[in-house]
Amino acid sequence: AGPAESKTEAAMSELVPEPRQKPVVPMKPTSINANLLGYIGIDTIIEQMRKKTMKTGFDFNIMVVGQSGLGKSTLVNTLFKSQVSRKSSGWNREEKIPKTVEIKAIGHVIEEGGVKMKLTVIDTPGFGDQINNENCWEPIEKYINEQYEKFLKEEVNIARKKRIPDTRVHCCLYFISPTGHSLRPLDLEFMKHLSKVVNIIPVIAKADTMTLEEKTEFKQRVRKELEVNGIEFYPQKEFDEDLEDKTENDKIRQESMPFAVVGSDKEYQVNGKRVLGRKTPWGIIEVENLTHCEFALLRDFVIRTHLQDLKEVTHNIHYETYRAKRLNDNGGLPPMTVETEENHESNL
Amino acid sequence: QQPAQFTNPETPGYVGFANLPNQVHRKSVKKGFEFTLMVVGESGLGKSTLINSLFLTDLYPERVIPGAAEKIERTVQIEASTVEIEERGVKLRLTVVDTPGYGDAINCRDCFKTIISYIDEQFERYLHDESGLNRRHIIDNRVHCCFYFISPFGHGLKPLDVEFMKAIHNKVNIVPVIAKADTLSLKERERLKKRILDEIEEHGIKIYHLPDAESDEDEDFKEQTRLLKASIPFCVVGSNQLIEAKGKKVRGRLYPWGVVEVENPEHNDFLKLRTMLITHMQDLQEVTQDLHYENFRSERLKRGGR
Repeated sequence: AGPAESKTEAAMSELVPEPRQKPVVPMKPTSINANLLGYIGIDTIIEQMRKKTMKTGFDFNIMVVGQSGLGKSTLVNTLFKSQVSRKSSGWNREEKIPKTVEIKAIGHVIEEGGVKMKLTVIDTPGFGDQINNENCWEPIEKYINEQYEKFLKEEVNIARKKRIPDTRVHCCLYFISPTGHSLRPLDLEFMKHLSKVVNIIPVIAKADTMTLEEKTEFKQRVRKELEVNGIEFYPQKEFDEDLEDKTENDKIRQESMPFAVVGSDKEYQVNGKRVLGRKTPWGIIEVENLTHCEFALLRDFVIRTHLQDLKEVTHNIHYETYRAKRLNDNGGLPPMTVETEENHESNL
Repeated sequence: QQPAQFTNPETPGYVGFANLPNQVHRKSVKKGFEFTLMVVGESGLGKSTLINSLFLTDLYPERVIPGAAEKIERTVQIEASTVEIEERGVKLRLTVVDTPGYGDAINCRDCFKTIISYIDEQFERYLHDESGLNRRHIIDNRVHCCFYFISPFGHGLKPLDVEFMKAIHNKVNIVPVIAKADTLSLKERERLKKRILDEIEEHGIKIYHLPDAESDEDEDFKEQTRLLKASIPFCVVGSNQLIEAKGKKVRGRLYPWGVVEVENPEHNDFLKLRTMLITHMQDLQEVTQDLHYENFRSERLKRGGR
């Protein structure tokens, strides 16, 4: 696909403005609205695109960040109804907490309805688990920028691939501990730094430890804190494309988020149906039951409605911001191209 | 690892990312499409009429056709017009690049330089924009397809036809079209088509190849693709006039001996040409991006500069 159209002025405002080149060829003045006397078939192009998307499949890279024990791996498995997290890929469940933040990416190919998805789950064990957690977001920011760099290098290559492999992080789920009080300083620091480079979706983990009232109050408080601290989580207000988007996203931003979720990969029998849930002496918590928790809302949001948009915002906004900064630092030139045999010789 | 089972949204195994094509659909409908079509051929081959017929528009409302004397002094011009067509909520922004003056001069030796420069300029501009800091306003003016009009009056390709096509076949998708097909009988058409195809092969001219239908497409589509491929180069007739024929109003040409109907597949390949263009619009854009543009870009970058 060709490069993107950026959606916002703000990200570009501090950069060197490009002088607009004058058109070389005389162009007749633009649109004459056509009077159609028959059917041409332009709408079938959409069908072609749909078929194409189905055939080529797509990449989706989701990162999970939060203290250990908040149910990150379980939640990701629940989201994709598959054993896709780090903990399911042969890692020891009782693994020791690493001394520094590690970045672990696991890839899977899953298929549904003829659509193939190459899903990569990026786990960040060690985040927030140390005694001194200062700057523990840095390895994460570094990883995210490294993926942008990889993409950029491929894009400026002379002989570049037709479909550049996309390892950029499209979505970062940030797990908030269900303390019921407020966000922790680490939460604020992380989200402040990272919301500028990646789409952050805050979720309240292990929501089954709160009653309905506690949940509502906590959500309100968290929303307020995020707003007061100027943290723009996904879907960001400034990227709403039109009124339709804005209305839909406003509702999500102001009422639903952050989603209070419960994850589980165990099934139980409830009212004759098999459901994913958690069994306790006082009842079974059904993960996909909206009266129990908001997992289904998170899933629909990330996968069923905003999947494509998450990728587009990553490509059109975050990646472009990174790229523009890189070009600017490099004096407006693209970074060094990959060395080929020829280049090597000419440099000698 | 257990693969997700898809049956329907209510079943426990359903995740929902099969909905992605719908999300892409929605965004595409909102964004609309852009397509640039170039038409090249001698004057009087019916290019403008054909374009108007294809898109059911009148792209050249105030057209003044110059006389022969004026044409002597004229060099090849490039004229681009843009039209926005909307159908069932899908918007297409179509730019037609006309090349009046091509083939008119007594000595046509330089007549394709202007055209080649134009194509290269669009690639150059795109390369420049794509490499820039602010990629906000990139407009894709690259030529996605070139209809090359061949005269039905000759015995096949003329030397100018061969030279021109060889000069641009690495820069743009060429779709050869035999114009004013109503001057030929069906047998004459078959003969001319075969002759042209032979000459194209003989001279090593690379025209746009329709991709074969994929194995999982339905039989109708496969059959349609086979038919399209077998009909190249398309023999077409264009018309902006509505004629009464068999009780209906049709686009056609009224002769004393009958009516030539533009949209009648037994009269000419117009519908095939239109179907080919619409069903392959995306592929034409992709080949332009992935092949012609990338060729241009790698040549350009190797030559030096950014």
